[in-house]
Amino acid sequence: MTDMSNPAPGQKSRSQLQDVWGQFRKHKGAMLGGGFLAFITLAVLLGPYIWALDPQKIDIRNKDMRPIYTALFSSDAKVAWAHPFGTDQLGRDGLANMLAGGRASMAVGWAAMLLTLFIGTAIGVVAGFFRKLDGPLMRLTDLFLSLPILPLLLVAVTLFREPLRGSLGPEGGMFILIVAIIGITSWMPTARIVRGDVLALKEREFVLAARSIGTRNSNLITRHILPNVLSPIMVSATLGLATAIITESALSFLGVGFPSDFPTWGKMLADAVDRMENFPERVILPGMAISLTVLSVNYLGDGLRDALDPRIRGR
Amino acid sequence: MLTFTIRRLVLAVPTLLFISLAIFLLLELAPGDPMAQVPLTVPDEVKEKMREALGLGQPMHVRYVKWLVQFFWIEPQVLFDHLFNTTFAEGKLRVISWQTRSPVMDIVVQRMPQTIWVVGTAYIVGILIALPIGIYSAYRQYSVFDQAGTFVTMIGFSIPPFFTGPLLIVIFAVQLGWLPSVYNTLHVVDDWDSFRVQLRQMILPVMVLAMQTTAQISRYMRASMLDNLNQDYVRTARAKGLSEAVVVMVHVLRNSMIPVVTVIALGMPAIFGGAIITEVIFKVNGIGQLLITALFANDLPMVQTLTFIFAILIVFFNLIADVLYGLLDPRIRYD
Repeated sequence: MTDMSNPAPGQKSRSQLQDVWGQFRKHKGAMLGGGFLAFITLAVLLGPYIWALDPQKIDIRNKDMRPIYTALFSSDAKVAWAHPFGTDQLGRDGLANMLAGGRASMAVGWAAMLLTLFIGTAIGVVAGFFRKLDGPLMRLTDLFLSLPILPLLLVAVTLFREPLRGSLGPEGGMFILIVAIIGITSWMPTARIVRGDVLALKEREFVLAARSIGTRNSNLITRHILPNVLSPIMVSATLGLATAIITESALSFLGVGFPSDFPTWGKMLADAVDRMENFPERVILPGMAISLTVLSVNYLGDGLRDALDPRIRGR
Repeated sequence: MLTFTIRRLVLAVPTLLFISLAIFLLLELAPGDPMAQVPLTVPDEVKEKMREALGLGQPMHVRYVKWLVQFFWIEPQVLFDHLFNTTFAEGKLRVISWQTRSPVMDIVVQRMPQTIWVVGTAYIVGILIALPIGIYSAYRQYSVFDQAGTFVTMIGFSIPPFFTGPLLIVIFAVQLGWLPSVYNTLHVVDDWDSFRVQLRQMILPVMVLAMQTTAQISRYMRASMLDNLNQDYVRTARAKGLSEAVVVMVHVLRNSMIPVVTVIALGMPAIFGGAIITEVIFKVNGIGQLLITALFANDLPMVQTLTFIFAILIVFFNLIADVLYGLLDPRIRYD
């Protein structure tokens, strides 16, 4: 703390953010992961404008094309630069589908992660800050932790699918349903971590000081508590993003996800499993996309944890 | 310790009741009609009769209590009758599946062995692989082995089973032709050859499931070993002149196993959940696959019972983890 207010002669003072960034940059996996995540996000956001083929366009003449790299090891494979990732059994373009599928998967992942964080942080802060609510809220968290998540997800999605489709359209209804269900069933770890940190923070002098000048509880939470629990929240955000992407893909794989004409990575993988022997790339490409995204998110979380922990930082 | 165990057991009852209520309400409030598949030509009176035959005639709370009684009172009686040839449950109404019109528990009992075989073996294999990896990568922290181990466990975390499953099938069943891709549950093990066939068909599903376990447990093992390796008692043991093997494998390992054992207990229900996907991929007809088919067939009693069984597993293993933690670590005694 002293070196921040009182820098040694000839040394520039460094903000905390710079310190965090400096530590984060040392973690190669995290840098790679962050880069890849940014790349995938940009690709699925901007890709459909650059590769402007309609993913749903059926072109039966050019069906069952192989991806361009198969030409390397088999000269008579049906490949063309017009379809670098090949086409499926209806002639729909592989690359366009990957981009559209990635859009759906990433959108579900980000939305579910934000919802998870919101619920988890709210419950964690309230439980940690107000002693009366601590007991009941933590019992609730324990109860939610003992729910069988995957079976419940399956049950909820199958049962609520039809009516929501009717009222909100096939894609919108499914999106809201999946995001809501993932959010409701995965906020517990965040809530626990945040509560623990808030409990410790609440006893610190700066909170007492803020309270003694008459800060109201709402301001105390938003101005003093929340900024200080940001680092555990960010770390659990990366975990939440990874689990949300995997959960959505698992649901699609089991056939309870988005409607059939709406590609997601999990759905493309599931649809291709039957013809895997002849067209392994249709399983491998979406599978690699899911795995690499989740891997990069996990590495990013690892690096963030190290960078945001002052005990590790600076070592 | 005993009082603590009893208190935890008593506490598990309201938890289970709450979960059963949550599952029941979820199924109840779901806007689907079990009669939706019945043709429109069937007259309304007949539909009403069918509804009653499915047990849907009474109000919600009556049906909930009825289900509770059936599950917690009548089904154990059936089990008791079966074990000791008594007739307590004679003529009593059990939880009936809408699909097959036979008692749900009978089907669950038929399906359970497959799941337990595959899941149990996978878990044991996973633990057996994970522990040495965790121990060695902690002992040689930041070595090449540790870095590689970290990378491999990260991959194990990140690659979902619905990708590894098909991938392994393509490689080992299709391209190389070494292993069967479908798990044949009708296979009977009675001699050495059939045992080998059973072993071969178990390898793929077990590997897929074990991958996840290995990744998780080896991380915990490593972290826990690292916590202990720098403690004073380790230096004391070395100063006494104990051999390195004894220091690491006896002194450090025993202390670092305490949190790992609870993680192993806590991970058990999760692997049952993960088995749902693995069972679908390898066509193992266990309870996970049963749940999926029941869901698609709108067989609500089956879905309700199965989901609740998963919940019981979670609560039970949480309890075991808590009690084990107290038993293993004398510093932690809850009473």
